[in-house]
Amino acid sequence: MAWIIRGRAWRLGDNISTDHIISGKYKFAKINKLEDMLPYVFEEVIPGFYKKVQPGDVIVAGRGFGYGSSREHAPRLLKLAGVGAVIAKSFHRIFYRNAINIGLPVIVAERIPDVTQQGDTITIDMEGGVVRNETRGVEDRFQPPPPVLLEILRAGGIVEYIKRNNRLPW
Amino acid sequence: MTGQATLTEKLFEAKTGRRPAAGEIVVVPLDLVYAHDGTFGLAVEVMRQTPLLDRVFDPEKVALFIDHAAPAPTVAAALVHQAMRRFAREKGVKLYDVGNGISHQVVADEALVRPGYFVVGADSHTVTGGAFAAFATGVGSTDAALAIATGKLWFRVPEQVKLILDGAPPHHVMGKDIVLSIIGMVGSDGMIYKAVEYQGSGLRYVSMDSRMTISNMAVEMGAKVGLFPSDEIAREWFRVNHGLEVPRLEPDPGAEYSDELTVEMPSLEPVVAAPPNVDNVKPVTEVEGVEVDQVFIGSCTNGRYEDYVAAARILKGRRVAEGTRCVAIPASRRVYRKLLRNGIIDILVEAGCFVAYGTCGPCIGAHLGLLGQGEVAVSTTNRNFTGRMGHKESKVYLASPATAAAAAVTGKITDPRPLLRGDQPLMVVDPSYSYTP
Repeated sequence: MAWIIRGRAWRLGDNISTDHIISGKYKFAKINKLEDMLPYVFEEVIPGFYKKVQPGDVIVAGRGFGYGSSREHAPRLLKLAGVGAVIAKSFHRIFYRNAINIGLPVIVAERIPDVTQQGDTITIDMEGGVVRNETRGVEDRFQPPPPVLLEILRAGGIVEYIKRNNRLPW
Repeated sequence: MTGQATLTEKLFEAKTGRRPAAGEIVVVPLDLVYAHDGTFGLAVEVMRQTPLLDRVFDPEKVALFIDHAAPAPTVAAALVHQAMRRFAREKGVKLYDVGNGISHQVVADEALVRPGYFVVGADSHTVTGGAFAAFATGVGSTDAALAIATGKLWFRVPEQVKLILDGAPPHHVMGKDIVLSIIGMVGSDGMIYKAVEYQGSGLRYVSMDSRMTISNMAVEMGAKVGLFPSDEIAREWFRVNHGLEVPRLEPDPGAEYSDELTVEMPSLEPVVAAPPNVDNVKPVTEVEGVEVDQVFIGSCTNGRYEDYVAAARILKGRRVAEGTRCVAIPASRRVYRKLLRNGIIDILVEAGCFVAYGTCGPCIGAHLGLLGQGEVAVSTTNRNFTGRMGHKESKVYLASPATAAAAAVTGKITDPRPLLRGDQPLMVVDPSYSYTP
């Protein structure tokens, strides 16, 4: 069965750090419940993001997304807020790994960020490696994740993968 | 392919039995896995809810640190600390509790990181270990849980970049000025997923303390690791500090790299990274005069002996400026004690600094000196993102401890050179060196 992600675009710029996604300050104030940190997601970039985002929405950003801290709260909170995928020209590596590990699809695409505007409709064919901006009629190809990572993403993260298969992926 | 290997290739080859190509994915056994109170909460959740992961592969190779908010400034932090102590007791894992220090410093103080080791930590600044020719890199909480449970992790073998430090730096230049200058050159995404290998004739002027600063900020240019060779300076450091004979580990002279970059050390000068990005690097002379509310000297980036000697060479016999406050938090107990023995803490306190030790503190806006609305800090830390150290309208300039101390004395961003006492280099290569005020 094909895996298609479809949602509205949230357009962001270059160098969106994990501090932008969730400031480190809140870890020690609210650390025990991820849900309590939701109101602070993108606090400085898109105030009230958690109320405005709809399930399946897609973040479209420029270069260097996920810069900075290794805090896994960042991808987890995006997923918890309802974000369906993140498309960027490039990702910092810890964020990229964390996103896969917790089941948030991350797509490296060069052209889509340049043509996308806020609210455009985006579709992603995860297995086919095709991302489309439906509103602008622009298509880009990406290297689909290798089968085991695709399976992890589809399961909703590595924990769900291990529970489902009762074994480690490697 | 030549028979000549890069340092990265040698490290992978020693663990996997063959030399993997860049881009290949390999599973590597780990020599050390660590996590701290900022990230372990999620890791333990992952372990507890996944029976296959609710174990420790080898308690000797796992370490936990209470360092991000230590001692606990909030009840939420206290609860995390409690859970960590419980986990450590239950699994027989070594916990470095309040009073020990920041993980990346303590793993060096205790020789838990050594040349040739593969190390992962649930913290992006785990890359500090690259100073010891260890393949040390940061991971998230789920990867940390997997690593703690299984003792191995997959790595995509990074492309390798040769970064040549050429020649002798001026005596007032510190590791922080070197690494900020590099980040300014390549940009914050300039080295994404790459292994940066430091080489060149300038290495012999770069102390282990400064190497740790340079490796520490590899992640600020996107790199997976920032590697120094295990050369005579590193090996002597292990002999003097730990009585250990560690292997020499260096790249072959003919090794091939995907890219090469040269830093002309003699042309370096004191720099700052102006808010709000780490690659917004300028000579300190360009921003002189900016009024400063708080100075912070500490963190895994600059909380070492050499850093406070640099600060003391400016602060001795002077006072922190009226209207400015200075917070100094040495990174670990070992560092703190050496500073006490040498009278450096006394110099800092006499000048009016607030001194604590062994916590990340204000770097991540956790405690011990957050910034108010519109306030400006000069900080020896690693990130200057908007709001990181406090109010969302506060600003952070990143700088060396010498530049930070100069700002403390004048209350403004100031070129440290005219204030610096003595003309010996700020980077002290001799591991036996101790400061005499």
